[in-house]
Amino acid sequence: MNFELLIQLIINGLIVGLLYGVVAMCFVLVYKSTQVVNFAQGEFLLIGAWVCWAFLIYAELPFIVGFFLTLFFMAGFGVLLQMIVLRPMIGEPIISVIMITIGLSMFFQSLMKWIFGVDPQSYPQVFETQSFEIYGLNVEVAYLMSTGIALLIMVAFFLFFKYSKHGLAMRATAFDQQVAQSLGISVKSVFAMSWGIAATVSATAGIVIGLVNGVSDSLSVMGIKVFPAVILGGLDSIIGAIVGGLIIGVLENVAEFFDSQYFHIGNMYDIAPFYVLLIILWFKPYGLFGTKDIERI
Amino acid sequence: MSEPILKIEQVSLAFGGVKALTDVSFEVSRGSVFSIIGPNGAGKTSMLNCISGRYRPNSGSISFNNQEVTHLRPNDRADLGMGRTFQNLALFGHMSVLDNIMVGRHHLLKNNWITGPLYWASKAQKEELEHRRYVEEIIDFLEISHIRKSVAGTLSYGLRKRVELARAMALNPQLILLDEPMAGMNLEEKEDMARYILDLNEEFGITVVMIEHDMGVVMDISHEVMVLDFGKKLMCGLPDEVMANEHVKRAYLGVEDDAELEISQGVG
Repeated sequence: MNFELLIQLIINGLIVGLLYGVVAMCFVLVYKSTQVVNFAQGEFLLIGAWVCWAFLIYAELPFIVGFFLTLFFMAGFGVLLQMIVLRPMIGEPIISVIMITIGLSMFFQSLMKWIFGVDPQSYPQVFETQSFEIYGLNVEVAYLMSTGIALLIMVAFFLFFKYSKHGLAMRATAFDQQVAQSLGISVKSVFAMSWGIAATVSATAGIVIGLVNGVSDSLSVMGIKVFPAVILGGLDSIIGAIVGGLIIGVLENVAEFFDSQYFHIGNMYDIAPFYVLLIILWFKPYGLFGTKDIERI
Repeated sequence: MSEPILKIEQVSLAFGGVKALTDVSFEVSRGSVFSIIGPNGAGKTSMLNCISGRYRPNSGSISFNNQEVTHLRPNDRADLGMGRTFQNLALFGHMSVLDNIMVGRHHLLKNNWITGPLYWASKAQKEELEHRRYVEEIIDFLEISHIRKSVAGTLSYGLRKRVELARAMALNPQLILLDEPMAGMNLEEKEDMARYILDLNEEFGITVVMIEHDMGVVMDISHEVMVLDFGKKLMCGLPDEVMANEHVKRAYLGVEDDAELEISQGVG
């Protein structure tokens, strides 16, 4: 058995898993506060990555400037999307809103193809050294950065929900919109804020992946990839989203390893997470961390 | 009577063909306890929802502190100093009691995510301490300090009602709307709740508008009572006047014969 390869794959899995976790968190954020299952989640990554790429290539800005400009752009984009497209849908059946997000997903994918073309593009070289070695393991700087950013985002999320007044307002709104309103919380601004945050944070993940793999249509696949992560963790748990993301990340790689070494079934990388999802939901139908309703009778 | 804090003029509300409220007008004077009574489906909760902004009346106007609020959203009305509780418990079940109450402070918190991290430098620290002091005061007042860390969903019914009242009080409201604060309580809990309502009215100076079915309590603690029947105002006056009114007896309290019948059966 090739242990070195296995360890390398597991580490890769954890790094990618953290990014899955970040995207899954955004997904959960939108679901929790607005009850909308956002099928356009992957497109946030795609748009963010393309916009940042455009800043770097066309405007020739330094990476760090382009990066932050993109974040500002995406925050505005998320808020506007909520205000223009989704706000009129408040009060309509939730399934209609979900269909709209599917439409948005198709629309933005095509729009990006139209503007930037169908060919994958790579970012200009951002770091001077591409990789270095720790204890014989090959570590890419971009991966290190991605891990750092993912952890930073997670800590920020935690602090935001635990200690900030907007975080508390969001939790309250997630629980009961009518009651939140009666306590002086503007539900509209909470909705706008959650879309804004989801777009910004997802875009960060998109840029990080773009740095490593280049920008292409395949980024939006992340939107589908996070489904097993989110459902595994329980649809409404932020912690669950992170754990779910890590599990899916590692699982893909380990499944791929065993398949390529022993079984030769093929395509396990994409399929394995769904098998495990199925098995876990057998035993824990609310997901690993999902809330069961407490009810006293 | 002092100046009115709340003025309802000719409010009508219909859901399709069903008229929930028809031309209801009344005034609530500052510092009073005002009760709305009436049979089931009389429009009591609809009236309360119009005041709190959950429903918009089809016609008529509502003014609060001499300010027209008919077209304001519920959260804007909360900002102006209107708190409420709900008929069915509406606590944030998965949050602690303390967090539940802190949500009520939401609109009063001035610091944001930029000034917040500068905890020591900005006034965030002072602000936080002030809020905590006020919240502690409410907690002491309602005697719920032993459950402050508990998850709200796990508490008994009576306690949850009390936490809900605490959360509404945390808004620091001038007017508080209570939708059946004593429904489903036993006698002891009812007495406690009645005392809290009186105290928050007298000590904190909060005007109370409440819906309640327990006539004993209503007559004991209200300064003024309004009777609704089929969405119309039947009468409005002192508790004794309302009790003595023939229409009210017929519509809600039951006519003399029925009352006697009830008493004889109840005792037996």
